[in-house]
Amino acid sequence: MANRRDFLKTVGVVTGAFAGLDSADASTKKTLDTDRIGVLVDTTLCIGCRKCEYACNDVNNLPNYPLESFDDKSVFVEERRLTATQFTVVNRYEKKGFDNRPLDIKIQCMHCEDPACVSACIVGALEKKPNGPVSYDAWKCIGCRYCMVACPFQVPAYEYDDAFTPRVMKCTLCSSRVDEGKAPGCVEMCPEEALAFGKRDDLLKHARGKFNRYPERYEDHIYGEKEVGGTSWLYLASAPFNEIGFPNLPEESPTKYTEPVQHGIFKWFNGPLLLFGLMGLLMRLTDKEKSDG
Amino acid sequence: MADIVLTPVGKQKYFTPGVWILVCLVFIGLSSAVYRFVFGLSAATNLTDGYPWGLWIGIDVATGVALAAGGFTTAFLVHIIHRDEYHVLVRPALLTALLGYTFVALGLLADLGRYYNVWHPMIPSMWQGNSALFEVGMCVMLYLTVLYIEFVPVVAERFENGVELPGIIQKFSRVLTGLIRFLNKTVSRVMFIFIILGVVLSCMHQSSLGALMAIAPTKLHPLWHTPILALLFLLSAFAVGFPMVIFESLLASRSFHLKPEIKILSSISRIIPILLGVYLAAKLMDMVSRETYVYLIDGSVESVSYLVEVIFGIIVPLVIFSFQSLRSKVSWLFTGSTLVVLGIALNRYNVFILGFKPVYEEPRYFPALTEIAVTVGLISTLVLVYRFLTINLPIINEFGGYKRD
Repeated sequence: MANRRDFLKTVGVVTGAFAGLDSADASTKKTLDTDRIGVLVDTTLCIGCRKCEYACNDVNNLPNYPLESFDDKSVFVEERRLTATQFTVVNRYEKKGFDNRPLDIKIQCMHCEDPACVSACIVGALEKKPNGPVSYDAWKCIGCRYCMVACPFQVPAYEYDDAFTPRVMKCTLCSSRVDEGKAPGCVEMCPEEALAFGKRDDLLKHARGKFNRYPERYEDHIYGEKEVGGTSWLYLASAPFNEIGFPNLPEESPTKYTEPVQHGIFKWFNGPLLLFGLMGLLMRLTDKEKSDG
Repeated sequence: MADIVLTPVGKQKYFTPGVWILVCLVFIGLSSAVYRFVFGLSAATNLTDGYPWGLWIGIDVATGVALAAGGFTTAFLVHIIHRDEYHVLVRPALLTALLGYTFVALGLLADLGRYYNVWHPMIPSMWQGNSALFEVGMCVMLYLTVLYIEFVPVVAERFENGVELPGIIQKFSRVLTGLIRFLNKTVSRVMFIFIILGVVLSCMHQSSLGALMAIAPTKLHPLWHTPILALLFLLSAFAVGFPMVIFESLLASRSFHLKPEIKILSSISRIIPILLGVYLAAKLMDMVSRETYVYLIDGSVESVSYLVEVIFGIIVPLVIFSFQSLRSKVSWLFTGSTLVVLGIALNRYNVFILGFKPVYEEPRYFPALTEIAVTVGLISTLVLVYRFLTINLPIINEFGGYKRD
């Protein structure tokens, strides 16, 4: 550094270059459509036929089996989780239903309103579409699995077996079918109308209406209305949700712990810029040899 | 080259029995890595959908970054606030950071399912400003570049009399010499930018590394999950920097049969109790405000691991480094700095692995042998490369031909 003026000039230029990078801050969240879609699961209507599992495998080109094989009720012995080859599974909870009947619970990606996985993804491979679905683009994915760390429902599964092109696997809310005006595969298949597909706002009204009409039949809780900021999938049940496999979750999205930090400090690169300037100043002030420059 | 007088370090023999053991570990690690790339993550790791991150992220990446903190703390001390008396520590710390981050990148590649897409975060259309991982990734990439630039003068100094390439490529010697000289001349003019940049980038990603796990409030044990996780990571990076420098310096002087730089190390260790104290205070205030002390006495693996981390990793070394009489002894300096290094390593392991609980119960994750082999192999490679470079380049003070820039 030749003299003080040069030094300060250079710091200024570098600082400016940093400021030019502010477009890196993609903090603006996509606003969701007011008529975004969702699915309401009335678990009290589910008979555990598992035909939704069949339809899901079929629609998503997952390994599938003859429709009759899904009549097998022995799978209910243990609580099953979502895997890289099963985007949805039905679990049975004995005596949790109305009148002590079993309660069958279909699980899949909840398609959060403010998804932690989308916020976590380093390359934007996961995306919350304005009309509801959380979609995944394997081409962008680097396979860091941070989405799996972030998901409060433990939904995304990984193709660990694939050595070369592993993917994150989860329900797509049949985004492409929805775009064609069709209902998701599982909804279309359900013989009991336990799954209702529609606008999320309408589904919430519908769910509240059901509860008001049959308060003895339902818990006073629409799971997914508020959990982690709300989800596209909504559930009505006849038992407390923590007894039928659902995690107890706060009403705020997990993103509230990371995004304010990312934005507060790094928006416009204020923090780093300030630090850079401060360091430059310190470096200059403490330089005994050249302080007269 | 003939003009450089090789004094102690430069005259060292490379191969010793210990080095041969490390070479074996490198080969075991290398074959495990090959196994991972051929047969995939399920064959080589114990990772599951419930435990998506394991040893390679918890140790190779998170702990690797933390223990490389000596690089930026020393750069700050010597280059930014001009405490020239600590100059001899700069190059060893720089080399540690440089190698540390290089191996962070290698460990990460082993872990990434689609490692060949690792460059994606650099493409503007894929930038994701909401992601703490994006910030970590970008800063680490940039900082690694900065570290290599900061290393140019070390190489240039070694070859200031010209490079002599052997045999058939000899005719390229002049080109290479010219290139090194040109690079050195260019970077020395703007080196101060890179030095400041290195400190800024370090502060950024050391903290965001903690922000990573903040996104899992319902999965990370309350003893570790806090809204100020990023701050705690930054403060602990400040605290572990100098202990790591001392730890390494003492190991290197023993390995090379040199007299330890006891005066300098003892003097720099004065600041450690302050840095540890700030970290401890933040950790305790956080614990009190969130009332998480209730988890301390439940006898769980988590509570024990937390207590070990705080007592042996922070409090005991804080006490050791507080006494002038202890600070001036090699044995206590070594004990204290080792405790801090292990304590911070345990903290990173706790935050990324031990304290992480899947939503649905499953057997606790423990790394597979192949995972351990890759990690041990990487660390061994790091030590071997460190040894090779310190013998062949002017890094440790006793090298000879060492100039203070």
